[in-house]
Amino acid sequence: MTETTRRAGRAREPLIDCDVHNALPDDDALRPYLPAVWRDRRDGLSYLPKEFRQVRENLGDRSYIGAEYPRPTPRASRVDSWPPGGGPPASDLAFTQEQLLDAWDVEAAILNPLLGIGEMLNLELAAVLARASNDWLAAEWLDRDPRLRASIIVAYEDAPAAAAEIDRLAGDPRFVQVLMLSRTIEPIGRRRYWPIYEACERHGLPIGVHNGGWGGHPITPSGFPSFYLEDAAAMAGAFQAQVGSLLCDGVLTRFPSLRFVLIEGGFAWLPPLMWRFDRAWRKLRAEVPELDRPPSELIRERFWVSTQPIEETERPEQFLELLDQLAMPSRIMFSTDYPHWDFDAPDRALPALLPDALRRGILHDNAAALYDLAAVPSGSAALTDG
Amino acid sequence: MSTQADTAAWLESSLPVGLAVIDADVHAAVPSIDTLLPWLDAHWQEVAATTQFRGPTDTAYPPSAATSLRPDLAGDGGVASTVADLRARVLDPWRVEAGILHCAYGIEAVKNPDAAIALARSVNAWLASEWLEPEPRLRGSIVVPGLVPQDAADEVDRLGGHPGFVQVSVPVRSFAPYGHRIWWPLLEAVTRHGLVLALQFGGAAGHPPTSVGWPTTYLEEYVDMASAFQAQLISLVAEGAFDRFPTLRVICVESGFAWMPSLIWRFDRLWRGLRREIPWTRRQPSSYLREHVRLTTQPFDAPSDPAGFGRVVDQLGSDELLCFASDYPHWQADTPADALPPIGDGSTLRAIMAGNARTLYRLEAAQ
Repeated sequence: MTETTRRAGRAREPLIDCDVHNALPDDDALRPYLPAVWRDRRDGLSYLPKEFRQVRENLGDRSYIGAEYPRPTPRASRVDSWPPGGGPPASDLAFTQEQLLDAWDVEAAILNPLLGIGEMLNLELAAVLARASNDWLAAEWLDRDPRLRASIIVAYEDAPAAAAEIDRLAGDPRFVQVLMLSRTIEPIGRRRYWPIYEACERHGLPIGVHNGGWGGHPITPSGFPSFYLEDAAAMAGAFQAQVGSLLCDGVLTRFPSLRFVLIEGGFAWLPPLMWRFDRAWRKLRAEVPELDRPPSELIRERFWVSTQPIEETERPEQFLELLDQLAMPSRIMFSTDYPHWDFDAPDRALPALLPDALRRGILHDNAAALYDLAAVPSGSAALTDG
Repeated sequence: MSTQADTAAWLESSLPVGLAVIDADVHAAVPSIDTLLPWLDAHWQEVAATTQFRGPTDTAYPPSAATSLRPDLAGDGGVASTVADLRARVLDPWRVEAGILHCAYGIEAVKNPDAAIALARSVNAWLASEWLEPEPRLRGSIVVPGLVPQDAADEVDRLGGHPGFVQVSVPVRSFAPYGHRIWWPLLEAVTRHGLVLALQFGGAAGHPPTSVGWPTTYLEEYVDMASAFQAQLISLVAEGAFDRFPTLRVICVESGFAWMPSLIWRFDRLWRGLRREIPWTRRQPSSYLREHVRLTTQPFDAPSDPAGFGRVVDQLGSDELLCFASDYPHWQADTPADALPPIGDGSTLRAIMAGNARTLYRLEAAQ
């Protein structure tokens, strides 16, 4: 099969990719976007060189340590995703266009760079880096390919700083959501995070909660597991805890237009969570007076999910059963997770027996509606020389 | 059901004729450390008498929470502390052939390892003397120290020959997942004595109940407990516990079960991609889980309509995985009907109500 026919086959179905992990080519990449006051403030201190890169080299990122698991591949990425011109996977726009956007005729892609900023213990540095990262995203990615959209990077453990960054960027329609990670210091329904939600509601931005991060707690309620496989399998529990917190801490009722996207967390756990939650809520609702409806109603009203890693049921028809149990057909959005090792290919990830309307919604329409992407011109014709 | 008599009458009229019932989860609650004094040695008797040490504080069940006590027990002072109560409210009206007795005393909350040994020994002696000996329908669960695996193994070895104990009960929230090789002395002792390992709802080993810290409400903690069960099953498979101890049998107690299909799908997919990391596993995780793991039906967390429930059982891939449990005196269901699988008579109902537990615990069928 030639590349041309493959592309023609793929182009039949309009595609929006909701989770692409572009990366910094190196630590110097952010230097032009750092404010001078921060760049220069360490001048003259021999133990703290002026460049942020050297700060990192000398002192590290000052994040949580103690839960290291060897990954299956370097940077947990596809082995074919390293750009020929150098730099880590998805750090080179041209190669990302070639390997992802053009190869799959992607109509629009949401960039979620995982830069480790939200987890940093130095909140001042995190806020500065978040701001620089967003300016880097705009200048080096969004300005150069009109198919791209991005999440706003925020230092979410410092909610007032995160809210200020959201306010700064909300006027740029290419930033379509705010990015948090699934593991935080506290459950994200708790009050310390509410300034983020006030800002998101003010600007009509959804919040993407992406797999990853950590706030110092073991990933299981029973301590640290031994293997990366266990760590990956346990992440569904973090997502469930966050959903429960958003419901029980009253975030969804206090911020009635707030929407959440659960990214790279799977969704087969959602039906049993809703069944269990509804039952328990009927017995324990006196504890959560603001939660005045069955949890499943609020979940179906306010949550979206991305597909990668696609749920692989034992029998293909069970995938349709799962969608029926989920009962959120307009809330499932396709993602590839490019360039990571468990990339989902747009032409193979979804089971063949999926009805056409459902497939179209998952591959394109659901994300177009949530992120208001109707205006994005389709196909590579949209690509202009930036 | 407002009264005990109503409950008994309802059950008499509702259970299919001749239906055998094995209750895989009834509880004995230690009323206070004073109850244990006869079985504590002189040192710990003195400590209890002179220091106000009251034993562990088990936060899994807030007193009088709606999930803690059946409504018809609310007037009884809050605990199910006698075998007579258990007979009158569960064993007789449900025509129970055998009841598996649990005692969630929260010993792992006590960090003093000597106190943990003393408490575990005294609880087991109390269970044997006050529950198992007077009531032959009961089978017991050995409680063990929760922070020093060798101490837990020693307690299993001490009691493994007692015919009344059929399993070892450990809290699902532990300081390290039970598949971890640090726990292998316990798993070795459990299998050497032919016992079942029961993962019990709750636990107070010190970690928060979620991977994002301490939730605000008990409702969250209660719902999130499903993740703790899944983490333990993932650990037991991934660490190769079932390969190293091929006769190991595990039951999840007060776990619910509707989450199991999603775990199977997620775990098998990750295994296909990452099995190089755990080369001792020779089969898909679902194969280990279906062979070695059973689940109790409480809290009943599947759809309550027969079709919705049937679909979950089909997704489990077997009707051999579920064991009926009343969870007395905790009561997540509003009525006894809510505790029963929403299916009529048939082989699946009979397997869930007794057959699966009979096989797991190697019990003789009643004549």
